[in-house]
Amino acid sequence: MESYFRYIPHTKEDVRRMLEAIGVRSIEDLFGNIPQQQRLSKPLDLPGPLSEPDLLSHMEGLQGTLFSSFLGGGAYRHFIPSVISHLVSRSEFYTAYTPYQPEISQGTLQAIFEFQTLMCQLTGMEVSNASMYDGASSLAEAVSMAARVTGRKKVLLSQAVHPEYRQVIRTYLDAEQQEIVPIPYLKGKGATDERVLAQCLDEDVSAVVIQSPNFFGVVEDFQGVAEKIHEKGGLMVAGFNEAIAYGMLRPPGEFGADIVAGEGQSLGIPLSFGGPYLGIFTTRDKFIRNMPGRLVGETVDLEGKRGFVLTLATREQHIRREKATSNICTNEGLCALMATIFLSCLGKKGLRELALMNLSKVEYAKKTVSQIEDCKIAFSSPTFNEFVLEIRGNPEKVVKNMMTEEILGGLDLVRFYPELDHHLLVTVTEMNTKEEIDRWAEVLEKAMK
Amino acid sequence: MKDIKDTGLLQDEPLIFEQGGEGRKGYSLPRWDVEQVKEEERIPSHLLRKELEGFPQLSEVEVVRHYTRLSQWNFGVDSGFYPLGSCTMKYNPKMNEEVARMRGFAHLHPYQPESLVQGILKLMHGLEGYLAEITGMDRVTLQPAAGAHGELTGMMMIRAALQARGEKRKKVLVPDTAHGTNCSTSAVASYQMVEIKSNEKGVIPPGKVAELMNEEVSAIMVTHPNTLGLFEEHLAEIAEIVHRKGGFVYCDGANLNALMGIARLGNLGVDMVHLNLHKTFSTPHGGGGPGSGPLAVKEELIPFLPVPVIEKEGETFRFDYNRPKSIGRMKAFYGNFGVLLKAYAYILSMGAEGLKRASEMAVLNANYLMTGLKGSYYLPYDRPCMHECVFTDRYQEKDHVSTLDIAKRLIDYGFHPPTIYFPLVVKGALMMEPTETESKEGLDRFIETMIIIAKEAEENSDLLRQAPRKVKVRRLDEVLAARKPKLKWNRDQSQ
Amino acid sequence: MEFPEELLYSKDHEWVRDEGNQVTIGITDFAQSQLKDIVYVDLPETGSEFKKGESMGVVESVKTVADIFSPVTGKVVEKNLELKDHPEYVNKDPYGKGWLLKLEMKEKEELRELLSHQAYQGILSEES
Repeated sequence: MESYFRYIPHTKEDVRRMLEAIGVRSIEDLFGNIPQQQRLSKPLDLPGPLSEPDLLSHMEGLQGTLFSSFLGGGAYRHFIPSVISHLVSRSEFYTAYTPYQPEISQGTLQAIFEFQTLMCQLTGMEVSNASMYDGASSLAEAVSMAARVTGRKKVLLSQAVHPEYRQVIRTYLDAEQQEIVPIPYLKGKGATDERVLAQCLDEDVSAVVIQSPNFFGVVEDFQGVAEKIHEKGGLMVAGFNEAIAYGMLRPPGEFGADIVAGEGQSLGIPLSFGGPYLGIFTTRDKFIRNMPGRLVGETVDLEGKRGFVLTLATREQHIRREKATSNICTNEGLCALMATIFLSCLGKKGLRELALMNLSKVEYAKKTVSQIEDCKIAFSSPTFNEFVLEIRGNPEKVVKNMMTEEILGGLDLVRFYPELDHHLLVTVTEMNTKEEIDRWAEVLEKAMK
Repeated sequence: MKDIKDTGLLQDEPLIFEQGGEGRKGYSLPRWDVEQVKEEERIPSHLLRKELEGFPQLSEVEVVRHYTRLSQWNFGVDSGFYPLGSCTMKYNPKMNEEVARMRGFAHLHPYQPESLVQGILKLMHGLEGYLAEITGMDRVTLQPAAGAHGELTGMMMIRAALQARGEKRKKVLVPDTAHGTNCSTSAVASYQMVEIKSNEKGVIPPGKVAELMNEEVSAIMVTHPNTLGLFEEHLAEIAEIVHRKGGFVYCDGANLNALMGIARLGNLGVDMVHLNLHKTFSTPHGGGGPGSGPLAVKEELIPFLPVPVIEKEGETFRFDYNRPKSIGRMKAFYGNFGVLLKAYAYILSMGAEGLKRASEMAVLNANYLMTGLKGSYYLPYDRPCMHECVFTDRYQEKDHVSTLDIAKRLIDYGFHPPTIYFPLVVKGALMMEPTETESKEGLDRFIETMIIIAKEAEENSDLLRQAPRKVKVRRLDEVLAARKPKLKWNRDQSQ
Repeated sequence: MEFPEELLYSKDHEWVRDEGNQVTIGITDFAQSQLKDIVYVDLPETGSEFKKGESMGVVESVKTVADIFSPVTGKVVEKNLELKDHPEYVNKDPYGKGWLLKLEMKEKEELRELLSHQAYQGILSEES
């Protein structure tokens, strides 16, 4: 018997009896509606079927190689407590659909309610949705929402926002025919140029998008930014791609941001070569009805018992159809659950301590590397857990040389910023030990020669 | 303290914020091997936060018990029969979960040099090829994170393709049986939606399409088989009409589970189709995601695919970013890789014959279900169905019992209800999709239960209107939830 | 179901009370019963202007949203602020406490195109 039969229970006898009950003679007859010339006349050209042991060994052979890593840039290697993988492996969680039947989905619903609360606390905002696809699409949806709220079609976009997020915003906005005005970063500082920002800010601007920590790891100074934007009637959209930073940094909500949208992968979600990740989206109460995505709310049942339901669904595609606030339907529920468990484990003290350890490690790396001739910290602004390093020689070659020592030394920035052609983005988290950082610096020095 | 109640194993469980105690922790950090810096010396103090107001403080065991208990209030495919129409709730193979956790997949950074991830690129390139083969299309992007995301990618590509021809078209044709996402996607992509009425047989009449199709229309969005579970028998003819006027045919592939190895959309004139890997290709729904919605397209549309695309040169795989006509990017990195590899493993474990068998058994199960329920529930389109069938509450109306009541009563019998009140063209719809992974005995039990419920509706309809009773919570007050939205926990409002 | 004689009605299920230069607008008893429990009413800012037939806002229940179409051309001079906290007034008292807004009319003749209570009820019986 073929191995795939373990997923399909029908025996020959079952099929015979079922066909008889339906009143047809063969399986073929069930497809009688499909004109003969539209039927596939030959089998699909696919490999398999493979048994479980054969497939497992095939998959093992496809795995990538893991080196000592100093890569970040929107995807981070953090410690993931064992608890998370165990709990999200409970199949009542992962084999359920969207909680449309609340009486038998209280687990998912309560967990999302907790997630929404945690995201509000983390970002300093008033309301959070149940998650988006990823940080990039979440930020793009934030920009679309700002256009809906303000009725304007011009966006000021900091060039220190993650370059791939900017590309996604551009793709989304092309369809909506909006204008994007790039706001440069300051050459010596790596922070968004506030003077240019102020010059470009006018009464046509729907949103100003700034990210902190930005793509260079720089902590942007949000002080007073929202006030200037609000004066002109626009919205402040704050992005982020390293959520752990908010264990320490004052959240955008406290600076008056209107929408906070970013990436939550750092919160207990594995790197998985770029996805699935977790789009976070929080905003102000007054914008609830303009928000994209699902929302879970608290209510009571017939007997007065507390329970949770999907609510304000009339914003969504399945009800409002062509007038919906977004076409999003599936979100990243299980990743949101991972983040919720992660933050529950770390708690108030843990997240702060983790953030502090990241900062301490990056400061140690900066100190170590600045003793090397031909290396320079490119930007003077404060950073969280990554920084831009200016090096001598061709960064592509340097990175390659370091690979021979099984180290991924940093991200060559020239692919995103042609002007940063001697620059690496270096990320250091709690996972990089002191010895590893020392060795990285040593190998880097050799690799530049 | 909370009241102590005899709730049995269902238990009451407060929110995570209402538990724990000051100073408890459920984590352990790596040892401190570098000097602990003072944050205020590195970052200006006005940029630092005070405390994480409201954050929980719990031990590990408290966290584990909390989420274990929550999970027990959920119903998943592993709990029982889940005939949710349009969602293809088939069994999620456990092996695929194992695979996704392998270190060389789970811990890979997306910016790792291509030379270290050749196996990964080979896998993705392979999956693209398999999906193209299954749908009869020419090229696939794996980037979209979900079905609706795939739709949006597709509509943006159509816009770009028309622009490249120097054309700007404003409208999209969408049948009244469409998923809500089709309508909102066209709107998000700045298209004006024109609705096509389906005919008395539940399919799109080509005559209507011919009437509405003109140089203003960029595309038609069809679902095939459609949301009534019917084969759109005129699709090829419709495609011809649309193509003749220079439009494109977009297909929502949510219902591909009926067609694998049987008919290919590419041969029916479809220009692009998105697939829901979390439906047809067995990856779990995760309580609402993550999904994956690859988009398969015909030759003419390849230049417009999002960047990057994976190219094979000799035996080496690489990402190609240099594609001037591309619409750009739909998300960061390359797609939901952790989902992609489960779909890849599924396809390999099934092979061509296994996938065909899956579609055949899915259609057999749906027709068996339809036959078994015909006498007890009203069947608005009484003809052989594909992978799902749609009933209504018309026979129960006289007893003042609605689709919602029938659905809720099913919960008392241990089943997940079908999709209700969709598609919109059918009043009080009950849309059932059994999938191929349900056994005959399982279906028999469900049919018998549905017949019992139909009887209850006549004899003791309160049983239905009061349902469900045997659950963690009874019917919830959705009006209160929407009138006074409470979307997060608040210390002062705590119970 | 009630349809007061002194009011005028639109095919989109709004009622209109003629008050000289301005009109008060709401949704009919039939409309509220179809929508069921109303949870939110979104009304335009005072001062905004609408042509006849344009959407001025929405009435939302748990599972549906209905547009409020302007039955006449005019400018919003007042809106029912109480509905913010009490959307249920639209269900409980559609012709009284559940009124939506007052419009200053541009073209008084437009009122002639609206329906009497009998004509409106005629339409309803056709629809059902």
